[in-house]
Amino acid sequence: MSFESAMARLGGTSLSVGSVEACSIAKGETLADTIRVVSGYADAIVIRHPKEGAARLAAEFATVPVINAGDGAGQHPSQTLLDLYTIRQSMPIDKIDVALIGDLRYGRTAHSLASALSLYDARLHTISPKGLELPATLAAELSDKGMEIIEHDDINEVISDVDVLYVTRIQRERFPDSASYFNVASNYRITPELLAGARKHLIVLHPLPRVDEIDPGVDELPYARYFEQSRNGVPVRMAMLMRVMQ
Amino acid sequence: MKKTETTENEGLLVRRIKNGTVIDHIDGGEALNVVKILGITGTTQEALSIATNVPSRNMGCKDIVKLTNRELSKEEVDRIALISPRATINIIRNFKVCEKKGVEIPTLIVGLVRCPNPGCISNTNEPIQSKFNVLPKGLHCFYCDWVITKDLTSHII
Repeated sequence: MSFESAMARLGGTSLSVGSVEACSIAKGETLADTIRVVSGYADAIVIRHPKEGAARLAAEFATVPVINAGDGAGQHPSQTLLDLYTIRQSMPIDKIDVALIGDLRYGRTAHSLASALSLYDARLHTISPKGLELPATLAAELSDKGMEIIEHDDINEVISDVDVLYVTRIQRERFPDSASYFNVASNYRITPELLAGARKHLIVLHPLPRVDEIDPGVDELPYARYFEQSRNGVPVRMAMLMRVMQ
Repeated sequence: MKKTETTENEGLLVRRIKNGTVIDHIDGGEALNVVKILGITGTTQEALSIATNVPSRNMGCKDIVKLTNRELSKEEVDRIALISPRATINIIRNFKVCEKKGVEIPTLIVGLVRCPNPGCISNTNEPIQSKFNVLPKGLHCFYCDWVITKDLTSHII
C-alpha cells in the first residue's frame, strides 16, 4: 500500500494486480509472461513475490524499471532504505550497535538491513529462536565484509548495549503447534520493563505488521519509532519511484 | 608368461581414437561426473571410453575420458574445471593431437547446476535456466543468492 500511496503523491496512478486468483497467474501464466505484459501497461513495476529471486527474474524480462518489494525469504531492499532513513533521523549510522531479534532466517527485512549495515561498520547482535537464526551463507558473507556479528541467547544480555533494536515477527507456521509457538514467542517479546535498562537514545524499529512481539505499552515510550518508520516508507518510496523513472 | 606381463604393462587401457577429444588428467574418480557435466548419457551418438584410477606420475592416479568423433567446445570443457581444474583437453584429428589446452574456471555457469534452495524462482516453471556466478567461496545463485560451497556434483542437472 505504501508504494501506491507514494505513486499517488507523485501525481501518478498505479495498477494493482491484487490477488493471484484474480489474474492470469491463476491460469498458469509464468511470471516472465506476466512481467512482459505488464511492461506494456506501466512505467515501472513494483513486485512482491513468494519466491526468492523473483524480482531479478522480473528485471530480466521487463522493459521498464523493476523494484523489489520483497521476494520470499530473500530480500526487502525498499524496507531497508526506509529503515536506514529512520535510524539516520535519530543518529549517525556509522559504527552503531544494532540488535536484530525474531525470525532472522525467513525475515527478509532482517537480511537486507544486515547487508546494508555492513556498509556502515555497524556491529550486529542477533537474538533468534533455534532454527530461525540468520542464514549461514549470509552470516559468512557479512563476516567476510568485516562485520562483527554476536549471537545472544537472551535479549536481556544486550539491551543496555545497543543503539537500535530491530524487532521482526516470529511466524506461527514455523512451529509444529500453537503451544510451542507461544512458548518461544513469549521469550522474544519487547516490554516496557525490558526497556528500562536501555540506552537513552535507543530506538525500537519493526517492519510491521506486529502481532505480539511488542507490548502496546512500548508505543507510548520515546524509544518507539515503528509508526514513524512506517510513515517514512512513503517519502522513501516516492524517492525510489522518482529515481527509476527519471 | 613373461611376454604376456610385458604386453599388459605396455598396452593401452583404452585404445587410441582417430578423431575426437581426449580429456586427460581428470582427478581420480571424477570421470563419471565429467561425463555427466558434458551431458553424455549413453543415448547420444558418440563412442565413449572411460579409464578410472590410472596410475599417474604427477597426480598419483587420474581418470581419462575419450570421446570419438566429437570435438568439445571451450565452453563445454571449462565446465569440467569446476570439479577437475587440472584436466587437459586434447583434440584428436586423424590420430594426431591437433590442439592441447587446459581448462579455465568459468565466471558464470548457466543451466548446469540446480539451485538447492527450494524457494528459488529458478526451481519453478519459469522459462529460465539456472545461473550461478563462480566465486572463490563457491557457486552463487544469480537469482536467490544461495551459495553452493560443497558437493557440487550432486547438484548437477
